[in-house]
Amino acid sequence: MTLENKASLINENRPPAFCPGCGHDRVVKGLDEALIGLGLKGDQVALVSDIGCSGLFDTFFSTHAFHGLHGRALTYAAGIKLASPETTVIATMGDGGLGIGGAHVLSACRRNVDMVLLVLNNFNFGMTGGQFSATTPPDAQVGSAFLNRLEKPVDIGQVAAAAGATYVRRCSAYDKNLVNYIREGIEHKGFAVLDLWNVCTGRFVKRNKINPKLIEERLSLLPPLEGAVEANARPDYATAYAKEAGAVSRLDAPVSYDKQVDPPTDKRQEVLILGSAGQRVVTAGELICLAGLAAGLHATQKSEYNITVLRGPSVAELILSPIEIDYTGITAPTAVLALAKDGVIRRKAMFADLSADCIVLKATDVDIPETAARVREIDFKALKIKDQDRSLAGLAMLAEDGETLTMAMLDLALGLRFKGAVLESARTLVAQATA
Amino acid sequence: MEGNEAVGWAAYEAGCRFFAGYPITPATTVYNTVLRLLPPVGGMVVQGEDEIASMGLCLGASMSGLKAMTATSGPGISLYSEHISLAVAGEIPLVIVDVMRLGPSTGAATRGADGDVQFLRWGNSGGISGIVLCPVDVKDCFTLTMEAFNLAEIYRCPVFVASNKEIGMTRESVDLAALPRPKLVDRVGPPADEPYLPFEPKTEAQAPYFAPMGGEILSRQTSSGHGPDGYLAIDPNVLESQAKRLKDKLEDNVGKFSFYEYDRVDGAETLLISYGVTARAARRATAQLNAEGKKVSHLILKTLWPVPEKVILEAAAGHRNILVVEMNLGQYVREVERVVKDKPVSFYGRMNGQLIKPEEIKGAVHDSGK
Repeated sequence: MTLENKASLINENRPPAFCPGCGHDRVVKGLDEALIGLGLKGDQVALVSDIGCSGLFDTFFSTHAFHGLHGRALTYAAGIKLASPETTVIATMGDGGLGIGGAHVLSACRRNVDMVLLVLNNFNFGMTGGQFSATTPPDAQVGSAFLNRLEKPVDIGQVAAAAGATYVRRCSAYDKNLVNYIREGIEHKGFAVLDLWNVCTGRFVKRNKINPKLIEERLSLLPPLEGAVEANARPDYATAYAKEAGAVSRLDAPVSYDKQVDPPTDKRQEVLILGSAGQRVVTAGELICLAGLAAGLHATQKSEYNITVLRGPSVAELILSPIEIDYTGITAPTAVLALAKDGVIRRKAMFADLSADCIVLKATDVDIPETAARVREIDFKALKIKDQDRSLAGLAMLAEDGETLTMAMLDLALGLRFKGAVLESARTLVAQATA
Repeated sequence: MEGNEAVGWAAYEAGCRFFAGYPITPATTVYNTVLRLLPPVGGMVVQGEDEIASMGLCLGASMSGLKAMTATSGPGISLYSEHISLAVAGEIPLVIVDVMRLGPSTGAATRGADGDVQFLRWGNSGGISGIVLCPVDVKDCFTLTMEAFNLAEIYRCPVFVASNKEIGMTRESVDLAALPRPKLVDRVGPPADEPYLPFEPKTEAQAPYFAPMGGEILSRQTSSGHGPDGYLAIDPNVLESQAKRLKDKLEDNVGKFSFYEYDRVDGAETLLISYGVTARAARRATAQLNAEGKKVSHLILKTLWPVPEKVILEAAAGHRNILVVEMNLGQYVREVERVVKDKPVSFYGRMNGQLIKPEEIKGAVHDSGK
């Protein structure tokens, strides 16, 4: 970018047309001169404009342009920059957009995408009647009566620095160095925020004493913000992303399983595991599905647990079927593992409807409602089986029972799911449970 | 794999290289899946600060030429609204996955429903929307997501995959390699030898040519009412023709992307219409009813919007009455009533977070003829 581009990027067919004396004009010219100085051509620049008078910016330039919804300019700008890294991306936003899009401003500061935000800060909603904005001083006379007196204005520069912006400058749009400042912001590798104070001649100036000199005076009372924020210095988002993304291992392609053994039955099997958090119910559910796949069956698995994943019921619903599974709900369970009170309570209404063909393997310390099903007790404590092993031990006993799945199916499932020492200990547990 | 994983794999295969989303049950596993698929091939996955930002990021990335996707559920799709409208108005290709959960409001994060079906059509300002595809199972999640990317590219609009917790988070055995894959389509760029207008309908699909941000041809995108040049328009004729085209390009072409399954049974008096996960219970119900001698035909709609009116009318022909079953308190039945004017249309639905049972559907079929 050393070539001097002498050509203005101002759109000749749509020259800037702000209210006479509007400070935005200064910024349009300043931005154009900065772009000229950097030798940038229109197709190398994307202007992303917000709603309100700052939203007119994109039409005044012959560049790529994205004019979106109120407060959201930074979200499009980030998307454009991340997908088109060679493009210089500049967002323009007023103090209105700053308020409504506050979360996006904070996130842009934290994210540090290599782009520029020009805040056309003129202390009121110029386009809708001069209502107060997030930056309106409490002593200003605005189009929303007394309401601005009740809310403290935000100093976006300080907020941006606190939120992690790597470049923040607060200055007057009438500053003689404006062009250099904008240029510096564009050249900064990271997110640059320029809070540009200016005069809204259409609205604000009518009832408030404000001019470039007064702006300078007010600015001089604030702690200066003059560019790169040392404390926040770090690589821009895309650079950091590329580095991290290189270390991500791609998800393995889904594995195909071929039929290796025969299933014990050609009927649809519906299995319920009623346990509690920590009993590895979901894993046991997976094992049943894998056992089914090893026997050439179709399988579905649904899990149900509380958002407090370490406490409360954990329920797995499994279906195995020789034909494709249509309805994935449980209508007539063929096997139930009742491992914990929490899980049983979650499905207590179901027990009355269980048929005599259904087998219920129930922990001795868990009570179940009355049922016609065949009930077998398991004394996990006597077997010295720990709480977290109940699901797999229950599964082993279900395989031993032989009506839902076979020991051969379970062993194949263990081999598909586990490796090494974990596989060894799983097989030991199965032997212990079925001894 | 679960439906959400299938969506992620399909996006990857369709060439999606940008995803932005905000974590939300039951859609989070779409995000988890693409987070392991896109970065290793140079794609980007960004967690938005909220759903509005996630959509904004996708819209920006799509305008830079990448195929983009986002995924959410009820509370998030509500926040997507303003950007759905922008994707429609700005003709920005985008795939939006809505893994529906029980509402209203926060509702129940881990309970299924099909409660957003009308929202996807009408839940944005201006009254124009995109295309809505609706999977029945994990296989559909894969194939329809790939189709969704193609349609987004061809028609330059948001395309929704209206999934359901009961599909998205249900694991099923599936032979991924054997699933049908549509031939991939990319958005069409402008020819070099003619002046480019960013919103001039030029393609067979009545969509404009696409020039990416950062390319040699200047690209203009705007949320404001605009003419073919992409600048603010005030001429009522220009504004109307633009709005009408956004609607017509989808409605005129819906025949080209009407996905459905139709099981017509000779002598059936009742036509059962279903979609989404409910179609699976309905399949079983109709199979049992037909075996029991109660003849019932079954139409499963997989394109919900624009309404595939021709498909519905053709299926309805020859039946005495129609029953619509859906996992809400009656949404799509309104469309069927609107389209099929000469037959009684009845409705059965539940909104309790449970799958509708085959037995319930059988009962509703018996009742519907009365």
